[in-house]
Amino acid sequence: MAKTPEEIADAMHKMVKDAFGVKKYKPMDLNKAMRELFGDEVDKKTCKEAIKLLVNSGRCVYTYFGGSFLEIPHREGAAND
Amino acid sequence: MADKLPNTPKLDELEKGKWPSFVKEIKMAAKKSPMCADLLGQLEKSYTEKVGYWKHGGIVGVMGYGGGVIGRYSALPKEFPNVSHFHTMRVNQPAGWYYNTEALRKICDIWEKHGSGITNLHGSTGDLVLLGTRTEELEPIFDELQKINFDIGGSGSDVRTPSCCCGQSRCEWACYDTMAACHDFTMEYQDELHRPAFPYKFKFKFSGCPNDCVASIARSDMSLIGTWRDSIQQDDAEVKAYVDGGLDIEEDVISRCPGKCMAWDGKKLEIDNSFCRRCMHCINVMPKALRPGKDRGATILLGSKAPIVEGALLSSVLIPFIKMEAPYQELKDIIERIWDVWSEEGKNRERVGEFIQRVGMGNFLEAIEVEPVAEMVAHPRENPYIFYEEFFEEDDDEEGDKG
Ligand code: SF4
Ligand code: SF4
Repeated sequence: MAKTPEEIADAMHKMVKDAFGVKKYKPMDLNKAMRELFGDEVDKKTCKEAIKLLVNSGRCVYTYFGGSFLEIPHREGAAND
Repeated sequence: MADKLPNTPKLDELEKGKWPSFVKEIKMAAKKSPMCADLLGQLEKSYTEKVGYWKHGGIVGVMGYGGGVIGRYSALPKEFPNVSHFHTMRVNQPAGWYYNTEALRKICDIWEKHGSGITNLHGSTGDLVLLGTRTEELEPIFDELQKINFDIGGSGSDVRTPSCCCGQSRCEWACYDTMAACHDFTMEYQDELHRPAFPYKFKFKFSGCPNDCVASIARSDMSLIGTWRDSIQQDDAEVKAYVDGGLDIEEDVISRCPGKCMAWDGKKLEIDNSFCRRCMHCINVMPKALRPGKDRGATILLGSKAPIVEGALLSSVLIPFIKMEAPYQELKDIIERIWDVWSEEGKNRERVGEFIQRVGMGNFLEAIEVEPVAEMVAHPRENPYIFYEEFFEEDDDEEGDKG
């Protein structure tokens, strides 16, 4: 059965959270990982919707380090008070 | 208000001469803004010690957006506390960079209230750039910009703010409505502009004719350059008037025609339009006598970039001629296919032009379902990427494999 954007968002969030501090994922990495994990139950469009949900809700934020990544909100290393 | 400006003997050198000086402007702004005073201090220290004292921030932005804010912090926050945060905001400029003074005043008022007050009109992508603010000011600035109908632009691995020449609003050479196209693409690709999902940046630039005033052929991943496919419009009486007026038509026009397709017999100018490269040279020299043809559209080119990560590239032809009429659906379908292939297969920080070089033009065209055509090749037998498979026997391949 097709996965909902909410279910995909949860799976993506777990992936990003588990990798925090070790690896940064680009949105397309997450999109590809979900298609590998859920096969025919997801498509690229629903994965894009899931990313939108994650970012609009503040569960993930975009970051830029040479390229754009999705991460758990955190205090960044370069920040000053 | 800054009490006293820092001592800046090195920066002061840049105020000399009759040209505009960014130091003079920052000093003027520093009379109102302590941020600008510390900016001068930090810059002078960088010039003296030959060290840059900025740290790039990766996380700052506004809620829901992944682009438009470039995070920057001072590496010397104790010494220069007012530039401890100094983030840049990119504001999506109107098509053709037309503002009325009321709009500019409103933007400046917002910026003086929430930021340093200094701007850069415009950045190389085309955005109106607001230089220097604190993290906690980003959302209030964004809210206020939205109230006056401005949005922030692109940054990171997304569609960068599209830009265009003034086109038909002021220029008689425009072969399509660049401002309408630029606005349409900007609105169509809002998601791609604000939510980075690509391997790296993707720029659109719209030039109304091959004079290419926005340098799209060198500065954008997709260059949309106006052109015509019929014959140059010619007024023989005006050609003669140029010659009678002293124009050396042989030297200044005919010998410089890259298509070598013009001839002058002393009375009449002949143009073999089938060899014309649509370069605009003759039209620029004799604007009263020659004009672009009447059947107008654009050439779509792909792949240019400035030298970041790898060397510079110029765009090369993807679609020799397309009518530029809203809703531009045929072109948008091709763009979607390009993004699909590049997003799936592109490496991190690989621009689309570099991607094409890596996978080969033939494979790329096959993946985006575009037929190779002669206009994609600069000179005969020079492009190793395109093979016409109907000329290959299956056995040829097998023989090759054994070798
Ligand atoms: S690119 Fe061509 S149409 Fe556009 S402003 Fe320049 S000369 Fe005019
Ligand atoms: S537009 Fe350029 S190529 Fe064409 S006739 Fe004029 S000079 Fe020659």
